[in-house]
Amino acid sequence: MADHDDKDLSGAANLNRRGVLKCMAWAGTGLLWTVSGGVPRSLGLLGDAIAAEPQANGFTFLQISDSHIGFDKPANPNALGTFQEAIAKLNAMPTQPAFVIHTGDITHLSKDKEFDDAAEAMKALKQKVYTIPGEHDVADADNGKLYLDRYGKGTKGKGWYSFDAGGVHFIALINVFNFEPGFKSAGLAKLGDEQLEWMEKDVKGLSASTPIVVFAHLPLWTVYQEWGWGTEDAPRALGYLKRFGSVTVLNGHIHQIQQKVEGNVSFHTARSTAFPQPAPGTAPAPGPMKVPAEQLHSVLGVRTVNYVRGKSPLAVIETPLGA
Amino acid sequence: MPYWKFTVPLAAFAVGALLWTAMPEAPAAGMAAVRIDNFNFTPTALTVIAGTTVTWTNADDSPHSVRDKDGKFKSAALDTDDKFSQTFTAPGEYTYFCSIHPYMTGKIVVKAGS
Repeated sequence: MADHDDKDLSGAANLNRRGVLKCMAWAGTGLLWTVSGGVPRSLGLLGDAIAAEPQANGFTFLQISDSHIGFDKPANPNALGTFQEAIAKLNAMPTQPAFVIHTGDITHLSKDKEFDDAAEAMKALKQKVYTIPGEHDVADADNGKLYLDRYGKGTKGKGWYSFDAGGVHFIALINVFNFEPGFKSAGLAKLGDEQLEWMEKDVKGLSASTPIVVFAHLPLWTVYQEWGWGTEDAPRALGYLKRFGSVTVLNGHIHQIQQKVEGNVSFHTARSTAFPQPAPGTAPAPGPMKVPAEQLHSVLGVRTVNYVRGKSPLAVIETPLGA
Repeated sequence: MPYWKFTVPLAAFAVGALLWTAMPEAPAAGMAAVRIDNFNFTPTALTVIAGTTVTWTNADDSPHSVRDKDGKFKSAALDTDDKFSQTFTAPGEYTYFCSIHPYMTGKIVVKAGS
């Protein structure tokens, strides 16, 4: 490709006009979701124009996930570089999202330096970043002390919390501490009683018309049990949300887009900014999947969610890093 | 196309498995090794006598950890080629798993020395 060197992680700086136009198309390769009357429906693939159009009345926030800072294997020798590139793309968006959520696996090995590098990269963001840990962020010998020292302030239990923004109630759940080893429950994640009891109380006073966005690192539905891609006690959490008309669940962990709608709940898993993983069952084990260098950017990405007050549509737009 | 490093012939796996099952019940105290590769602990169950130091080596592209299910020992995240050692002094069964991929499990059986 003459107009865009995909191997160059520094990105936009080296693009000519045609390349810039081509890269603008990244904003148009997503799914637009509407949640209306409790029934989510896909409006189909976005055209470039719709996606690029500023959402003047809307409230948008952005999801990034699985940056795996410190990862340097062949699947992506520069995970910090692709994370910085994602941040630069967010900063260049025509409509700036209200805030950013990072759905975990900020680091690869829970090392101090990896947390430092990630924090340094996120300083380039103008918005507040809400984080939750992935299992890679709590893999230190002290079971997550490094993560909680940095990001646990003002949170409950082992880092969970909730907040309200733009008329939406956000719930950050942690499902990387209470793993049941495989010989008990196929290695699925758990939220745990303490967190579930907190969550039940957290949503008790809310009106059923409040749109709910839940984010957690591992999927809150079982995407693939053999690889532990699910959360054993998620049904209990979802039970507390049954009476709400619009529930959107955003997860990371599996480094690929999977979507599912069940009643009033729509589930989405996000791409990673670092490396892709194989589709469930298509490889002997999960893990970094090496793709040709020129394809890497097309399988990494970020996600924007748009909520327009009153009409209650929730639009989820997937954005690959490369066009 | 995905890239997987499955270059070891299946026959080698089969021979390896036979060797492990043919191992004596409790080798002499000293050193023992568990290899982590392809999202497996090998051998999955290892019998040692009290006083043995077991060393896990991560030979995988992915990081793994070694964590006792009752919290008696836990490694930090092990990157490729990182090692973790634990000396087992008390007889008993120690089941452990990878805290990053909890469906990966293993067991160390510690027998009293003669």
